[in-house]
Amino acid sequence: MPILPPLEKDTGWRLFLRTVIGRAYPRVVGMQRERSWLFFEVMLPTLAVAAYVFVYRAMRAPEEYVGFVVVGGAMTAFWLNVLWAMSSQLYWEKEQGNLALYIIAPNSLMAILLGMAVGGLYATTLRAAGVILLGSWLFQVQYAVTSLPALLAVFALAMTALYGMGMMLSSVFLLLSREAWHLSNLAQEPIYLLSGFYFPIKHFNFWIAASASIIPLTLGLDAMRQLVFPSGATLGFLSVPVEIVILSILCVVFLVAAQGLLGYMERLAIREGRLTESRR
Amino acid sequence: MFNLRAEIENREWVPWRSFRIATWLGWQIESNWTDPFLFAVYSIVKPLASALILVVMYGVITNGDFTSPLFPYIYLGNAFYMYVGAVMTGVSWSVIDDREHYKTLKYIYTAPVDYMAYLIGRGVARVLTGSFSVLITIGCGVAFLRVPIHVAAIDVPLFGVTLVIGILLLALLGVLLAGLTLVLAHHAGYLGESVAGALYLFSGAIFPLDILPAWLQPIGFLMPITYWLELLRRALIGSVAEAFPTLAGFSNAHLLLILLALTLVFGVVSVLVFRLCDQRARALGLIDQVTNH
Repeated sequence: MPILPPLEKDTGWRLFLRTVIGRAYPRVVGMQRERSWLFFEVMLPTLAVAAYVFVYRAMRAPEEYVGFVVVGGAMTAFWLNVLWAMSSQLYWEKEQGNLALYIIAPNSLMAILLGMAVGGLYATTLRAAGVILLGSWLFQVQYAVTSLPALLAVFALAMTALYGMGMMLSSVFLLLSREAWHLSNLAQEPIYLLSGFYFPIKHFNFWIAASASIIPLTLGLDAMRQLVFPSGATLGFLSVPVEIVILSILCVVFLVAAQGLLGYMERLAIREGRLTESRR
Repeated sequence: MFNLRAEIENREWVPWRSFRIATWLGWQIESNWTDPFLFAVYSIVKPLASALILVVMYGVITNGDFTSPLFPYIYLGNAFYMYVGAVMTGVSWSVIDDREHYKTLKYIYTAPVDYMAYLIGRGVARVLTGSFSVLITIGCGVAFLRVPIHVAAIDVPLFGVTLVIGILLLALLGVLLAGLTLVLAHHAGYLGESVAGALYLFSGAIFPLDILPAWLQPIGFLMPITYWLELLRRALIGSVAEAFPTLAGFSNAHLLLILLALTLVFGVVSVLVFRLCDQRARALGLIDQVTNH
């Protein structure tokens, strides 16, 4: 009988990286194998965007508000992804029986969450881009980008902070068990309202807008509007540089908090041994 | 108190029993996940936030002029549209809930249960929670945003008849979507919300149908929900309906007749599609499939 050489196992940063790639893989490849998402996740959200566009038209709103709705409607994809495929993901994994495997596997849970974030961000960016392209074509939205590097920086920072927040919430939602589903459901419309997905948050009271800025998409959207629409700068809540600084701080805060909470959740799993129980 | 032995020995007509017990079960599922306070907050915040998005949009554009008839048109349409999400989507979601979350669908199928009656029963709890949301939303509109509803001016019979027909229609549409959910391999979880999203656009819920491009308007005129929402608005505030020309040429009786006829057509189609999908799901062994929605 042939003797097989001992299996070489990755450790350290190599294991971390392979875990990230391994967890991102199904989210990236899944989209290529199942093309029906083009209909369900681009066409159908565009219908919702269209409803808000026609409301603005019924009110005889200035045309740039149509653009606000198209961009805001596309950005809802990121919030939904963070809620349902990041924050609630560990809860789903528990329901499917994968969480116990994640915890006993020799890899880092942080790497698993990062992989989910990378895969989710890629897939959602494609969806959001689809909604923006289709919505902009259907409603003839005019853009005037004032600074592409600033726009890219705002998007990258907003997404890092947002997915960091999702990684942090995944531990919180897991501890909330079956209430997680309802909390995700509850966190949709109120966030669409407070983060100003369909209108500039400048119209809110300063303190309401400032409180809503804890959600990275609030400032991300506000800055993006200022950078891509001709009248955007007049409707901004804060100046773009200030929003960039705040988004950078949010990135650090959420990523550190995510790591801390994940550690707490792992310690709880070891101590109480009830994290993988399924209470329906 | 639920008595299992009494239920087993019960000789009730199967569809009625299925409906009755599913109603009880649906209410337990909807309400027992948390304490009553959090449940109340959940039931109030979500619908109010959805209404406030439109209120802020309207306020921003009109500088807070809430006296235009367009505002109550939008506000009431959005409020009653909550029933669509609650009932139609709720009924179809029951399939996924039972099949993939609780993993009980296979037991329901092998038990002496009329599944269609069961699904409609599950929708009753959604009607109750939906009614709560609608009442809160309209109440806040009247109290804080001057939505001009005057109790004495409400056409109660028209309102009652329209509401009942509409909820029945939504439950039947939910049954149709439930049938499709049984046989869909992918995206079944999106189905209810997707159809609700499409109907939101085409049923004149938050803007008059005249705003749609002319080539899209016929879709709106084919949707029973268009007439349902129009009748509800007319029953509560007649002046709102008069301000928009879309359906101004129709009397209430005409609209009610159209709503009844379309409900009948959609109802028959829903039952037929459900039966077809149900048979196909049984034949292909899809009753206990897990799609990992």
